Amino acid sequence: MIRRREGLLDGALIVLVILIVWQGLYAYAGAVALTPPWQTVRYAIGLFGTPSFWGHLRGTLAAFGWSLLISAVLGIALGLWLGAFRFAGDVAEPMLTSLYTIPKVTLYPVILLLFGLGPSAKIAFGVIHGMIPVVLFTLGAVKTIRPVLLRTARAMRLSPMQTARHVLVPAVLPEIASGLRVGFSLCLLGVLIGEMFASQRGIGFLIINGINSHNVRLTTAVTLIVILFAVGANSALLMLDRRLHHSR
Amino acid sequence: MKRTIVTRPAMSRARRVVWTRWGITLLLVLLLEAACRLGFVPKLAVLPPSEVIAAMVALLSTQEVLTNVAETFSTVAIAFTASVLTGFVLGVALHGAPRLRRAIDPLLASYYAVPIFVFYPLLVALLGLGALPLMAIGYLAAVPAMLIATLLGLDRVPPVLRRVARMHRLGRVSTAVLVILPAALPNLFQGIKLSLAYAFIGVIAGEFILSSGGLGYAIAFAYDSFDNRTMYGLMLFVLLSAVISNGLLSSWESRLQRRRGLQ
Repeated sequence: MIRRREGLLDGALIVLVILIVWQGLYAYAGAVALTPPWQTVRYAIGLFGTPSFWGHLRGTLAAFGWSLLISAVLGIALGLWLGAFRFAGDVAEPMLTSLYTIPKVTLYPVILLLFGLGPSAKIAFGVIHGMIPVVLFTLGAVKTIRPVLLRTARAMRLSPMQTARHVLVPAVLPEIASGLRVGFSLCLLGVLIGEMFASQRGIGFLIINGINSHNVRLTTAVTLIVILFAVGANSALLMLDRRLHHSR
Repeated sequence: MKRTIVTRPAMSRARRVVWTRWGITLLLVLLLEAACRLGFVPKLAVLPPSEVIAAMVALLSTQEVLTNVAETFSTVAIAFTASVLTGFVLGVALHGAPRLRRAIDPLLASYYAVPIFVFYPLLVALLGLGALPLMAIGYLAAVPAMLIATLLGLDRVPPVLRRVARMHRLGRVSTAVLVILPAALPNLFQGIKLSLAYAFIGVIAGEFILSSGGLGYAIAFAYDSFDNRTMYGLMLFVLLSAVISNGLLSSWESRLQRRRGLQ
């Protein structure tokens, strides 16, 4: 209980420090760089009352949703497959790791040339960012599954389907949740970057548009919305993640 | 009951894995080449790999590209070095302050959930155009990776090692250098590798979005002016640099671990 109250106090302090730094930055750099906290919050709330903002938001959320769905399905399937065949997994893992570390922004022109301008390019861009961590986490989970679990399943003469349903999936679920959490963030990153380069719609477009037209109020407010969404979703997923890891 | 003992040496499997990996890579490149040559993918969109390689080699002998390369690489190098140093120092400091660490933990956990590029306009407004905001974004992208890795590495030092150090009456400095640092090394290496990757990604992406120089900008410029040869040549160079630098760090890492008998 004391630990909990301490945590709340610390959380409040952190938020306070962030607000002070923000206000300080405003005092230092002025209105050409960013707007102060209170004004930004008010403007951001105001944005939600305008229909055009909802259009941009819907565009981004739709592209994000699709890319997350594709990353999750393909990523988990590929991860399970590579994990089940140890040789394939050993061959593929370093390749996937180096794919993870390359600056994928540079591939954007190729994606555009292949998919054309529009939502499919954004979705593809989200997928190439978000899918790899899902594969890597799933692969790692299947590879390090405790052999005794599989032996037990065999001893109890479970069918392959039953083994998957009662042993494999519960054993790798926590890791898959971690992978999906990282994939979630990276899909969002990919879609936003995609919109920043070549799109006429979406949150990323609003940001780049705000930069180009020196609309600091808009840029700061949209940035705040993106951060709150990303941090909020991540915290929720992190809680789920921890619960899954502990329930084991 | 007859038992067959597998006598195949361990190296052979590792070698087979490596060869398969190279084989698959080569096969993919050849497939792409064939698909381009046979017209399965539009020639306007994708160049065959052989032409991309030729374009890269030709580009790397021009002064203009070399200037861009030097600019980007020096920016990445500064951001990377600074982030590894700060991340390490902050990690050590935070490890010694549990309360502060608990308070900052949620921030660290959601740091990489925020697409860091949204801060780019702010950095430009604060630091002006040029290499400085790029350095800053590469640095900001890389610091937490090193910080988190340092914390993890220090957490995982087995308590028995610290006790042994005390038994031998080692001082603070020699405990740190002889006992704790080597024990935390695998995690530190992970942090260094991630920092390099993130610094590189941050700088290139920054150049891509808003900049007037460097490799990222050159690629974006080539794309805008429909100069596919330059675009693909530079792209290959950037991807190869990332993969090779990461590979070098990895092989250094496994050599160190082998020397310590960990692998």
